[in-house]
Amino acid sequence: MSRPWPPECRLHIVTGKGGTGKTTAAAALALALAEGGGRVLLVEVEGRQGIAQLFDTAPLPYEERSIAIAPGGGEVFALAIDPEQALLEYLDMFYKLGRAGKALKRFGAIDFATTVAPGMRDVLLTGKACEAVRRTAADRPGAAFAYDAVVMDAPPTGRITRFLNVNTEVAGLARVGPVKNQAEAVMRVLTSPQTAVHLTTVLEDMPVQETLDGVEELRAAGLPVGAILVNMVRTAHLTIGKRAAVSTAAEKRVAALLRPYGIDTDETHALAVLGREHAERLTLEEVERRALDGAGQPVVELPQIGGGIDLGGLYELAAALSAAAAIGEAA
Amino acid sequence: MSGTPKRLDVDGLLTDPATSIIVCCGSGGVGKTTVAAALALRAAEQGRDVVVLTIDPARRLAQSLGLTELDNNPREVEGVQGAGRLFAMMLDMQRTFDEIVENHADPERIEQILQNPFYQSLSAGFSGTQEYMAMEKLGQLRRTGEETGSWDLIIVDTPPSRSALDFLDAPNRLGSFLDGKLIKVLMAPAKAGGGFALKVLASGFSIATMALNKLLGSGLLHDVQTFVGALESMFGGFRQRAEETYQLLQAEGTAFLVVAAPEPDALREAAYFTERLAAENMPLAGLILNRVHPVTVPELSAEKALAAAEELDADSADPRLAAGLLRLHAERVRLAARERRLAERFTASQPGVAVAEIPAQSGDIHDLDGLRLAGDLLAG
Repeated sequence: MSRPWPPECRLHIVTGKGGTGKTTAAAALALALAEGGGRVLLVEVEGRQGIAQLFDTAPLPYEERSIAIAPGGGEVFALAIDPEQALLEYLDMFYKLGRAGKALKRFGAIDFATTVAPGMRDVLLTGKACEAVRRTAADRPGAAFAYDAVVMDAPPTGRITRFLNVNTEVAGLARVGPVKNQAEAVMRVLTSPQTAVHLTTVLEDMPVQETLDGVEELRAAGLPVGAILVNMVRTAHLTIGKRAAVSTAAEKRVAALLRPYGIDTDETHALAVLGREHAERLTLEEVERRALDGAGQPVVELPQIGGGIDLGGLYELAAALSAAAAIGEAA
Repeated sequence: MSGTPKRLDVDGLLTDPATSIIVCCGSGGVGKTTVAAALALRAAEQGRDVVVLTIDPARRLAQSLGLTELDNNPREVEGVQGAGRLFAMMLDMQRTFDEIVENHADPERIEQILQNPFYQSLSAGFSGTQEYMAMEKLGQLRRTGEETGSWDLIIVDTPPSRSALDFLDAPNRLGSFLDGKLIKVLMAPAKAGGGFALKVLASGFSIATMALNKLLGSGLLHDVQTFVGALESMFGGFRQRAEETYQLLQAEGTAFLVVAAPEPDALREAAYFTERLAAENMPLAGLILNRVHPVTVPELSAEKALAAAEELDADSADPRLAAGLLRLHAERVRLAARERRLAERFTASQPGVAVAEIPAQSGDIHDLDGLRLAGDLLAG
């Protein structure tokens, strides 16, 4: 198995189709990267407060705050990037636009810039994440940067290339000026080996297809593709290729074995139906796995966490990611 | 009683001739498109003339409806078994927007608008454009249905927004942007020439535009001004149509179905949406709970199954299959219990919402038979 991301990677962008658990994967990755004393920033950009819900905390403000301790003493900070705040911060930093900033707000220009001009909003969101990546450490002796890594819970696969490809987006709109320069600076970080875009999927037809399309689009845009994170992988209770094993004859043998437990023939039959469905599902999953392998990117499987995701489940997923990274390192 | 919700009478809704629009909404990844298609097929096979508007269908699902490419016009679906007819279409957002421009702008300005880089970016990328265009298309389908009599029931799938609420908010957002103060500011120079522009120069307006110019570069602002100038003739139209569609959604004959999977995020979204519909006086017909996992041997508890599996592991001659089936069952029992708890929490917080369930299928739905089966399961 190859390395899931390059060692110099510091900006991890996690995308995925809706319903595949992209926020969960991003949070688990942040925990994994913080393991053993690291400091990692987990950012969200869609105003969904998904991180707060996942960690069961109050909604995140526009402020970096500690939300979890990683195994071995690392720490994960979280930030919900709000485009309006990011724009005002940006204006303040570069232009000291005190009065004009207020005027902008009053006349709906902030709304305009952050909601309507699509490239603008994306530049602000990715720009803030890149700023965190480049920020140097004032309070961390021995460390070059404020954060060892930044993990972004990014927009879904269908929109990710457009979201990250801010340069092209903005180039069509703003041909000169600070936004254009900012977009170029952001693009330099995004296309460097410092960045990896990971795609979260589950082993089903539509998400896998969308993942493969996403990989193609990212590559075509010159954006570095990282790992494919296969989420919610179910435990196989029957060996694949054993579909024949739930044949009528097998069902009879099973019925005989289960009778002492008070399970009658009808119930055994219902179990066998469940088994056949399971085997069918496993076969389909195998097809999807092969399709994903065909993308030529490292694939990391994350187990299905029974009973829903809680903090314990996140640590379990983080361990799976650390293990994958460690195997990749050794190979 | 909180544990047993009212059952949603799917067939009653579909066959009632008064039902003329059904909107399927919910958060992304819950199977909205499949549900919309299954409902449409079922309605057609029960005698209705139906058109289904899909937004972003999976490739194979689209193929099953005979949709091989983005096509902004409904096409009749082959293989419907029954008295009714089924038409299907996939929304082409860009095309729909272009058509609005072509139909409503001054003829000499059409090209100017279509070629404007700001228009191109807005029509392809604005986060609410897809929602707005879906609503626009709904209005068009309604008019076509009335004129040609091709269909009397429209089933709409909604865009895969990050939140189900975007669907209700976005048209308004686009409308208020196009009607907004800023647009008026930006238009001022184009409209009134130098004299008026000089007058505004003294006000806060100019500070805003100057700051924007500084930030975005004057090229962008110029494009916006040109675009807005050219669009001016359509402004009233945008606002008016957004309002008409909004009224259409509140009208009798419209029914909303909220689609959710039995998972915390999807159900939380569904609850928000349910409350929002009530607040907007929009008629909610019920909740469709998709991909529910049924327990097939209810008498066998998870604990008992696991204990038996362990015993079989220890001393049976052919243990693997029997023990595997028991473990599978135990896993299913636990999953089903969790789904039940989540569904009950929803029902307790939203009493009176009728619910229909679709059991999870082992494979993806990619043909009419699959849609028909989903429809059968949905109707119970």
